[in-house]
Amino acid sequence: MAQSHTAQLPAIGSDVSRLAQCALALALGLFIVGVVGFSHIDVVHNAAHDVRHSNAFPCH
Amino acid sequence: MNAFRAIVFAAVVAGLATGLAVTVIQQFGTVPLILKAEVYEKAAEHHGAAAPAIPSGSMTTVGHGHGEAGAAHEHAAEAWEPRDGLERNAYTAGANVLTAIGFALMLAALFAFRGGGAGATVSWHDGLVWGLAGFVVFTLAPSLGLPPELPGVPAAPLLSRQIWWVMAAAATAAGLGLIFLRATAPAAIAGLILLMLPHVIGAPELTSVETNVPSSLAHQFVVAVALTSLVFWSLLGALTSIAYAYFDQSSAAVAPARPSGA
Repeated sequence: MAQSHTAQLPAIGSDVSRLAQCALALALGLFIVGVVGFSHIDVVHNAAHDVRHSNAFPCH
Repeated sequence: MNAFRAIVFAAVVAGLATGLAVTVIQQFGTVPLILKAEVYEKAAEHHGAAAPAIPSGSMTTVGHGHGEAGAAHEHAAEAWEPRDGLERNAYTAGANVLTAIGFALMLAALFAFRGGGAGATVSWHDGLVWGLAGFVVFTLAPSLGLPPELPGVPAAPLLSRQIWWVMAAAATAAGLGLIFLRATAPAAIAGLILLMLPHVIGAPELTSVETNVPSSLAHQFVVAVALTSLVFWSLLGALTSIAYAYFDQSSAAVAPARPSGA
């Protein structure tokens, strides 16, 4: 995290930005799985019903 | 947003392939068992929830005769649900792909995080091992307390089971992380405690479960879920690592030279 180069130029390679991007992707993944597998909305449940059972997510 | 783009591209490619492959596998494994169990579930609903025994003759009449009309009553309100057959399987495929993309996002995020800025790539073998860790975290550990359940088998209130499931997965992930990624004795001990904790607390259970779904069917389902999930995670782990390595390299090649030395 505390790299010596604090280049103000494009922050492409910076570790902090990289960490933030990884965290964002992780959160997005959790959100998608959460909606498909755990949402209590009936329509979502019914659409993903067989997948929830097949993945051993709690269902019904 | 270089790393993020590589993660998302890799997750979409690997998730699409894995989701579709698993949809095909489910058609031979879990889905036929779910459909069989639903015959019992619907029969029980038509005879009142607590009906202990179904005459074997009426089972088939309910299954076929009421078919679509009966399906609408399955979940309390008249919520939409896909029609049996192609529509239902299409939604299953979509949900499988989404689930796979979601898990692939987490895997690729971990690959990107562990690779760091150094551009170190993960091999397919690393990916496979991470995938198997996903199998342990998201299937094996939660299933110890909450075995894969067929429709029509009564269970403890949904929210309590979901909370326990999430807690079991989180504790197992943290436990495995401490054991494998920190090679110290205190971390290993803490990791083992975390692995055991959800099962010591125990999953929410009903005191008595009465169901018409035969236990042989329930057992076949547990095996089918475990095998399908094993394929899902092995495939997802390996494919995500290969796809991430590909997109990570290609995005590094396209981007202007990294300002590391400047």
